[in-house]
Amino acid sequence: MGRTYNIIKYLCLMAWTTFVVFPFLWALSTSFKDANAVTSGARYIPWVEFEPSVQGWTSLFASGSQGINIVQPFLNSASVTLLASIVSLGLGTLAAYGLSRFSYKAGFVKNSDITFFFISQRIMPPIVLAIPFFLMLKEIHALDTIFGLVIVYVALLLPIAVWVMTDFFASIPKELDEMAMIDGCTPIGAFFRVVLPNSTAGLVVAGMFCLIFGWNDFFFAFILTFTETQLLPVAIVSLNSSVTPWWSLSAFALISVTPLALIAIVVERFMSRGSLAGAFR
Amino acid sequence: MLTIKNLSTADRKRPLSNLNADLESGKIYTILGRTGAGKTEFLRTLMGLDDIAEGHLELDGQDLAKRPVRKRQMSMVYQQFINYPHLTVLKNVAFPLRRQGYSAKDANERALSALTLVGLAGFENRMPSELSGGQQQRVAIARAIVKKARILLMDEPLANLDYKLREKLREELPRLLAENADGIILYSTTEPAEAMQLGHEMLVMHEGRILAKGAPEEIFEAPATVEVAKLISDPPVSIVDGKVAEGRIALGATELPTPSDLVLPANGPVRVGIRPDALSVGGDTTARVVLAEFSGSDTIVHLSLDFGSAVMLVEGVHEFMPDQIISVSFDTSCLLLFSAEGKNITERRLNG
Repeated sequence: MGRTYNIIKYLCLMAWTTFVVFPFLWALSTSFKDANAVTSGARYIPWVEFEPSVQGWTSLFASGSQGINIVQPFLNSASVTLLASIVSLGLGTLAAYGLSRFSYKAGFVKNSDITFFFISQRIMPPIVLAIPFFLMLKEIHALDTIFGLVIVYVALLLPIAVWVMTDFFASIPKELDEMAMIDGCTPIGAFFRVVLPNSTAGLVVAGMFCLIFGWNDFFFAFILTFTETQLLPVAIVSLNSSVTPWWSLSAFALISVTPLALIAIVVERFMSRGSLAGAFR
Repeated sequence: MLTIKNLSTADRKRPLSNLNADLESGKIYTILGRTGAGKTEFLRTLMGLDDIAEGHLELDGQDLAKRPVRKRQMSMVYQQFINYPHLTVLKNVAFPLRRQGYSAKDANERALSALTLVGLAGFENRMPSELSGGQQQRVAIARAIVKKARILLMDEPLANLDYKLREKLREELPRLLAENADGIILYSTTEPAEAMQLGHEMLVMHEGRILAKGAPEEIFEAPATVEVAKLISDPPVSIVDGKVAEGRIALGATELPTPSDLVLPANGPVRVGIRPDALSVGGDTTARVVLAEFSGSDTIVHLSLDFGSAVMLVEGVHEFMPDQIISVSFDTSCLLLFSAEGKNITERRLNG
């Protein structure tokens, strides 16, 4: 029974692993092909089935007709995503703490309405927001700049941060903040000394969401930038010409996926840890 | 001296109404009341965690209500084991000292001696999650007493522990609380025995009010009202309706022999409090067993009599079957008499 179960379990896991990893392997192998190798049928193993070429990779660091240089778009994407995520996480965490610990009331507006207001920003289809954002950025001369993109991304990422963190703070017993205040902390002190250090799991989840959404966004990056500030998802599209350069696209795809994958591997341990054990029983 | 004057709260679930008490330094006050009596709300209000709707709160003549929580010179132990999960046991206990401005070295030294006191020496580098429930509560107690606060609030600190640990920690508590001997200690509990054993004085709470305040023995001997009588012992005092006629107390068809020292009230209805140990097996009153439970070395028998129901405490473990008919007798020397409104009207002649 146990043996059969184990065999089935591992077979399932292997099938799933193949399903997940295979696209990456295929992209990796394709990125080392040239036009001939790509068009001459399914071939996977370099040196045996096709002669590897680094053309796909070099074209990403060339300029002019040789390909495009992705260093600048990469740095742009990284700056915009990081800045927007940090700002969203900072503001979102504070807002979420306020919403989870204090009761606000202004007319008919209560805590739940404020939370819904944040989330409602993500209910609308992005196209609805595109024109207002465009006009606003134009007004403050922030079109096609990193600054402008950061503002827009903060508006998009803040709801995610608020949402995830409100939920997370709700799971932290309020007696923990009370204890900190009894022990001599100000309310802000209780937040920074006690609540925040116990919120790593929530911060990591919210941060990951922000990074993923920010890094992968194509729509706003496409509409709000022209030539000066190009982001990675937009750059990848500009690779496409009359002949699709599958080798460059594959290399590009791998490069754009790598940072998120690395971050996910590093922070994964923080997500699974039940950090509140020992606080409350 | 902590002065509580006409204290009321507007809490929707369990409002406190019109609490009055003067609490002196150097004393342990136990608050006895059932779950939902408002004990936790009372302590939280003193702490400043819940708002006061009306009334005054003064510590040594200074208005306490206006002070923020962190400046109230109080510490608290919750029923749940609240510790800082991200700090080691030592840092947990040193935390309030660090906030008071002690250097890391001084704070750690004091924390270490507090940990030794609660029997956790050697655990200082563990995380709270690596400790058992009893040990976690010891950390919380160490953190509360290390501050030497003016007022120490303990909200059913033993309630979440299993029986054995509870007994053990209860035995140690007087020694631990001696650390805070100069302060005012308020200790809430649902267990009458605990309240009487620990407290210099006892406050009996029910439905957001303080029903009685005084020395535990006095309250036990002469509970002011029916409600207090029901709360001060476990198993509780049984209250049955009877009447006084022709110099005798009649409970339904049963007439109780009147002890010579008891001053009977005027003829009319009376409520009689029968302590659980005042009933014993054998006698001329028949009773039907409703339920029998064992508590350690005693048997608690719930009886149905022709005038109402009563609880009998029998020493030792005895078997009683539900619906069994037994005969019982009353020891009337410790009867309690209450007026129809529930006020204690028991009066005894002095011997000689």
